[in-house]
Amino acid sequence: MHLTEPFGDRALTQPLVERMMSLAERLSPRQVRLMEVCGSHTMSFFRTGVRSLLPDNVTLLSGPGCPVCVTPNRELDQMIALASLPNVTVATFGDMLRVPGSRSSLVQARTSGADVRVVYSPMDALTFAEADPSREVVFLGVGFETTAPTVAATVLEAARRDLRNFSVLVAHKLVPPALRALLTSGEVRIDAFILPGHVSTIIGAQPYAFLESEFGIPSVIAGFLPTDLLEGVVGCLELVAYDQAEVRNRYARFVRERGNVAAKSVLEETFEPCDAEWRGFGVIPESGLRLRPHLRRFDALERFTLDLPEPREVHGCLCGEVLKGMVSPDECKLFGTACSPENPIGPCMVSSEGACAAHYKYGAHRAVKV
Amino acid sequence: MRNKTVTTAHGSGGKASRELLESVFLPHLPSRLLAPLSDQALLPRPEGRVAFTTDSFVVKPLFFPGGDIGKLAVCGTVNDLAVGGAVPNYLACSFILEEGLPVADLQRVVRSLAETAREAGVEVVTGDTKVVERGAADGMFITTTGLGVVPDGLDIGAHRIEVGDVLLLSGHLADHGITLFCLREGIDLASDAVSDCAPLGELCSRLVSAAGDGLHAMRDPTRGGLATAVVEMANSAGVSVEMDEAAIPVRDAVRSACEVLGFDPLTVANEGKVVAFVSEDVAPAALEALRSHPLGRDAAVIGHVVPSLDGLVWLNTPIGGQRIVDLPAGELLPRIC
Ligand code: SF4
Ligand code: SF4
Repeated sequence: MHLTEPFGDRALTQPLVERMMSLAERLSPRQVRLMEVCGSHTMSFFRTGVRSLLPDNVTLLSGPGCPVCVTPNRELDQMIALASLPNVTVATFGDMLRVPGSRSSLVQARTSGADVRVVYSPMDALTFAEADPSREVVFLGVGFETTAPTVAATVLEAARRDLRNFSVLVAHKLVPPALRALLTSGEVRIDAFILPGHVSTIIGAQPYAFLESEFGIPSVIAGFLPTDLLEGVVGCLELVAYDQAEVRNRYARFVRERGNVAAKSVLEETFEPCDAEWRGFGVIPESGLRLRPHLRRFDALERFTLDLPEPREVHGCLCGEVLKGMVSPDECKLFGTACSPENPIGPCMVSSEGACAAHYKYGAHRAVKV
Repeated sequence: MRNKTVTTAHGSGGKASRELLESVFLPHLPSRLLAPLSDQALLPRPEGRVAFTTDSFVVKPLFFPGGDIGKLAVCGTVNDLAVGGAVPNYLACSFILEEGLPVADLQRVVRSLAETAREAGVEVVTGDTKVVERGAADGMFITTTGLGVVPDGLDIGAHRIEVGDVLLLSGHLADHGITLFCLREGIDLASDAVSDCAPLGELCSRLVSAAGDGLHAMRDPTRGGLATAVVEMANSAGVSVEMDEAAIPVRDAVRSACEVLGFDPLTVANEGKVVAFVSEDVAPAALEALRSHPLGRDAAVIGHVVPSLDGLVWLNTPIGGQRIVDLPAGELLPRIC
């Protein structure tokens, strides 16, 4: 068995590649700009080699689709401060560890004695809390609609077990409002969106309808295998070529029109929408989640008083612009020099789904094949 | 042994130390050179160039499907010698034990270490044991130092890699890293995965005899995986390499665990694999030699050295695309979603 079967099969991809080429030719000399919203897409386009096959007049821009990257310094500082409190254990997904906040990172906090543990499921954090009632356990709830339901389920479980020493720092974000913010800002020209497969599995296709009705922007929901990625590009090019602005679902094996009803109802039961701050965007209305009033006792920010100085940004880091698709990572002056995965300056270089990390890892900046 | 766990007295150099040595170590290590228990081993002067290497092993957990820290400590060092073309001869082992370690665990590790040494054809000729306080070590650390001999005339190394060379890999990637990762983190993603931990001396010497002077360079892709091994060799040779993703063997369960965790199988650790650059004319014979050994049954041609000025390692993906393979950065951390 090899790495990418069965969807990596050339017999399946070749017709798509040909279709992509002929559509691009038909559109030429027009430059078509596609934004892959999701960080996993960014990585997959590189990893599978699909990116290397794109026609010259098709540009891929990375969007705000990595939850680690869009977490603003204010929230990072809160996480680090919580971890540094005496008697507090912070449980987090591994991605957050090395992300630098204004002054430090969780890894640095851990080195200076903070109890920071990497978990694979928020339920692990519940287990810690139950095992040691003398410690406060805080789970860092970072992620989009994909991860939020499991966090919601964990909070409900904590309520059921009546745990008194468990809380969540809710830093969840919602994807559709960010797309709206991006389009309303008018700062970037996008011809079509390749929409995130995982997020759409939860929310369905329906929440993207405004892309068509309000902005006239075509979009395609796509998965992560080579055929999926190619279908995403082909779908976008078709829509652009025929001037149609619909939302196409090319991930129908997982994505339903109305999404995952069970997950959505858990979300609904636990959280309500609220305004949220995004790196690079500032506050986007109704783009975040907070616990519903009857569950607020599990809100880490209600439980602990943090008195933090104003967050600050690293001079020269263009993460904000990268996330809005305004610049490509290699246009950042720090890229590959001061900022690298070993020594990241911004989150886009740390996250396994970050645009800067993807560009760095796959060396788009270094060499063109001779 | 009176005690069931290791105590600081076992590291005192006194009676308890002696008892530990005599009851746990010596029964398994039947070396004439070790027997006198003097402060050094007296070795006969070897014929050929002496290869010398050392490595420390700090694996967690100590026991895992496919091996344990003792087996690993022998394989790691023996393999470093073997891939340089050396025939491994002697081993020194130094144990750092954490107070409270069950003596039964130590016994199990020593037995396995001794067995692996026998299998690898190396003799443990000297050693040391220290006991540290509880909390100062993760159960047990082992350092092994190995000595071997490279036959005269054999010249293997990155400096010999040239355009046209064929890149061989002896079997499935990422078994060790994924097994340990899943076990350590208590996640049941690749439940039947087994570490590939094995001594490669015999496999390498088959390769040496089959490929002769056509064998240019060998490496065992351990930490950092295949990506690191190939990129480092290509860099020091100043050549470009093209690999074919579809030709690189990865087990199903391991591949899907990597997928879920967000790992690239090319960057995950192995403990019983060898990659080799051989000249084109000997490639078929070299591949045959690998496949004739149980540890190389699934060997494959996975790439070539190509003429190019960029000095990069490229991966041709199954769909006809390309990407760069680079050194992995940081520790392996699973993705968020
Ligand atoms: S959180 Fe999900 S949707 Fe977002 S970047 Fe990761 S995989 Fe994509
Ligand atoms: S290269 Fe580094 S500094 Fe520049 S935008 Fe990316 S993460 Fe920020």
